[in-house]
This record gives sequence, C-alpha cells and structure tokens, in this order.
Amino acid sequence: MSALAVAGVRKRYGRHEALRGVDLEVGDGELVGLLGPNGAGKSTLTKIACGLVRPTAGSVVLQRPFGYLAELFRFPGWCTADEVLVLHQRLTGSEGGARERGELLELVRLEDDAGTRVEAMSKGMQQRLGLAQAMVGGPRVLLLDEPTSALDPGGRRTVRDLLEELRRRDVAVLLNTHLLSEVEQVCDRVIIIDKGVVVAAGTPAELERGSGVEVELASGTRVFEGAGRADVPRIVAELVAAGERIYGVRVRRSTLEDVYLDTVADAR
Amino acid sequence: MTRDAHPGGAVPGAIPGILIVARHALQEALRRRVLVVVLVLTVAFGGLYAWGCSALFDDVSGFQNSSTGLDAKALAGSTIVGLAMFGGLFLGVVLATFLTAGAVRGDAESGLLQPLVVRPLGRAQYLLGRFLAAAVVSGLYVLVVYLGAVLVTGAIGHWWPEHPFASGFRLAGAAVLIAALSLLGSVFLGATANGILVLMTYGAGLLAGLLGAIGDAIPSPTLQHIASVGSWALPYEALYRDALRLLVRDVPGVAGAIVQLGPLGGSHDAGPLLVPWCVLYLVVVLAVAAWAFRRRDL
Repeated sequence: MSALAVAGVRKRYGRHEALRGVDLEVGDGELVGLLGPNGAGKSTLTKIACGLVRPTAGSVVLQRPFGYLAELFRFPGWCTADEVLVLHQRLTGSEGGARERGELLELVRLEDDAGTRVEAMSKGMQQRLGLAQAMVGGPRVLLLDEPTSALDPGGRRTVRDLLEELRRRDVAVLLNTHLLSEVEQVCDRVIIIDKGVVVAAGTPAELERGSGVEVELASGTRVFEGAGRADVPRIVAELVAAGERIYGVRVRRSTLEDVYLDTVADAR
Repeated sequence: MTRDAHPGGAVPGAIPGILIVARHALQEALRRRVLVVVLVLTVAFGGLYAWGCSALFDDVSGFQNSSTGLDAKALAGSTIVGLAMFGGLFLGVVLATFLTAGAVRGDAESGLLQPLVVRPLGRAQYLLGRFLAAAVVSGLYVLVVYLGAVLVTGAIGHWWPEHPFASGFRLAGAAVLIAALSLLGSVFLGATANGILVLMTYGAGLLAGLLGAIGDAIPSPTLQHIASVGSWALPYEALYRDALRLLVRDVPGVAGAIVQLGPLGGSHDAGPLLVPWCVLYLVVVLAVAAWAFRRRDL
C-alpha cells in the first residue's frame, strides 16, 4: 500500500482552479520531491493531503501516523522546545516520553535548547523545531512544506542529513521545496507541478536529459548539440572514419534545474 | 475526500483530546500572565467595592426603619450587589472574548492552528477544548467575583440575598454563552474583528435589557417586545436580568419596587423556559461552530 495516494484531486477557490486533477503516489519509505513555481498548487496539494484543505473533487489516502510541517507555522512563544514536543506527544498519543523528545531535538541539532522558549529562538531554530514536531510519534509519512525556507546553509545541511536518516528509517516523505539541489541529492523521485497539473514525474536520472556530446579532438573541442549517450558510438565512428584523433568524449547532461525550467516553460 | 489508510491506533480519544487542548489553553493564559493581570485587577476591584460598600451602608444607616417603610439596608445591599454583578459579568465577558476571539481564524492566520489540527484530534474536539477552557475560566471568574461581592456586602452591611447561588449560576451561564458565541465568530473572523463584534453584541444585549426596563416602567408594549426578542436572540442578557430578578425578588415594599428597576437594566422574569433555552442555544451555537470549522480550509 502507498504511504500517500492522491487521485484526481481538484481544488477550486471561487473562479480560480488551484489544482486541476492531480494524481500522485508516494510509496512506503520513498522520498519524493514536489517542485513547481510559486502558485503552482504545491502547498494546496500538501494541505489537502493532510486534511487542512478540502478538495473540490478527488480522493486522498494517507497512512497514519503522519507528520506535517506547514510552510507558514508558529508555535506559542511562551512554550519551550520541550513543551512543544510534549504537547504533540499528548496529541499523537506517543509514549516516547523524554527519550523520544531528546532524540528528536538531537536530530535537528537543538539538543541544547530543550528549555529555550520559542520566542527566544531564531526563525531557523523554530523551523528545525517544526521538523522535530512533525516527527513526534514515529510517523510513517512526512509531509514537509518548504522545510528549508528559513534555514542557513548549515541548517539546510541538517535537513539533508535528517532526510537521509528518514530514508534509513523507511519513512515516506513528500518534500515540497524550491531547492532543486536538495531534491537532486536526496529524492528518489521528483514530481513537477505547474498551474495545478503534474507536468513531469520520474527519478532525477530519468528527468535529466542528454543535451549534447563534447568530443575532444586534436583541433579542439567539438560539440554535437542534442546528441545523447546512445549517439556516442556513431559519432566516434564517424570521426575516426574521417581521420580525426579523439582524446576524450563527454556526454553533457542537463541538470534538474535545466529540466525544471524547461518543463515549466513548456507548460506555459 | 481525505481518508486515513490506518485510522485509529494509539491516539487520544475524544475526551482526552478536548482536555489536552483545554489544558494547553489554560496553560497559555497562565504563562502569558492573563490570569495574573485579571487577578490583580480583580483584587483592586474588590478593594474599591469594599470601600464603596462601607461608605454606602454608612450613608443609608440613618434611613433605616424610617416612617416611609423603606428598607434602606436591602435597597443599598441589592443595588450594590447588582452593580457588582454588572461589573463582574462585564469583566468575565471581556475575559471570555480574549480567550476565544482568535481561536480559529486568528490562530490559523498566524500559523498556530495548523500543527495542532492535523494531529489525530478532530476539529470539533479542538473547538470544544478551547470552549471548555474559556467557559471554565470566565464562568468561574464571574461566579467568584459575584460571590465575593455577596460576602463583602454581607460582612460590611449585614445584607444577604435570598438566592445567592441561583443568581451566580445565571451570571456564570451568561459568560459561558458569550464564550461560545465568540468561538463561533472566530471561525469566520480574525481576532480583532471578532472581539469587536462580540463586545458590541454584548452591548446590544444590554441595550435591549435597558429598553425592556424602560418598557416595563412606562409601560410600552413595543419596547417590551424589542426586549423580549433581544432576550431570546441573545439569552445571556436574559440570564443577567433573571439573575437580578432572583437577587431582588424578596426585597419588600418601596425598596423592592425601586431595586426591581435595577442598576443598568431592570430585573426581568423570562419564565421557566429560559434555562432550557440557554442550554439548547449553547448546544446549537457550538454545533454550528464545529460544522463551519470542519468545512473551513486552513
């Protein structure tokens, strides 16, 4: 059974249709990156998945227990980090106690701030506390909406390590982010959404397309635009037959960023 | 529709969920020093009340048992306790409003709500938890202030109302109704707009009560009708006037006639259906709030 299965989900806000029939699945223990420009419908989709927003049509099946980190969230300023986690332990029925709280705070590098009030924390610390909160009760699925938006490079590294740890624990993750490098590094699959529809989906390797072959010749480097890995033997054979001496061949691949920008541009 | 693949599991039941939210709300009121501020202001109010009570009973002691048949002690006692009822209820209403005005939309806009309601809690339970906290705090507060005023008045002026608890419970009920209405408003409005709406609605109820007192005194069937409609539409006002009625019902003679006109809205007997109506009203308001909250996108 999928950790998350979304089928034919539509969402209309008045005249504006935010989602126009989205289907997606996140398998058990799978890490899926959800990409798309601002206003594409990513946050709406995440909110529908966790029940904060009612879909106009379609269905969502989500495994419990699940954790959710909202794009815009706040914890009460008067609470300490530990108290935030205690509250969520009570709400989830978690019996992990102080040990679970300690482990979670350590995972997000807040182990020395258990007694720090939220109002005294930086935005980045609050975001890391939000991640710890989402993991209370040992969720089987995590829905993370822009979890790195307020983080510095060190904080983003922490989140990347955390995602790797989640993978080891077989936790399924739907990661909604703008940071393509993170998706490229940690996600098993990528789904690109634009104007409320899925415009591309696949593993990062599947999405990255060949964008040319560079051949190093005695006369310099020659580029065969549009050629891919499959074209290399033919190109090499033709060049050798033409009397060229070949010193190196490199298949140029588009990055996920190129693919993303091309896909979104094609959809517009 | 959204479904859970594995509903249930080790999650809190309905009642524990409500209690967790109520406890959190009470903890917040304590930690943000709302209750400390209220306590300090109430002690100041109590001190001023005792001072005024002492001066009042000193002033009216000369009229006692005069040839007019005016029971000056009963007049002074019921009037000043009636004023304390008005003051205590007003403070309780402000407290109830502050504790609930931003409970849904306000907290959703600031991002406080989302992490809570995605938990296996249920929106109705969240709402009932917030209601429970506000109802307990504001209802108890009104009751304690009222009973404090009764005790101070009895100790200083030696006047005791015949039905102190019946009046007190009606006042507490009025604060509880306001908490429920404020919670309903919070589903649709932000904290500031809702707070203004609730306090203005409370004022409108008081105005209807004053019109009813004038209508009874003139007498004017139109004003009486307006007051009656107001009482059923906003029954906290009817509870307040009924509490006044119970306070002054047994005051005899001229004093009784005067105090029934009451301070800030006269006493009024809304009949035996008032309490059942208030219970039904409360249930309907909370049910509508829960229904609207369940349909709300966050």
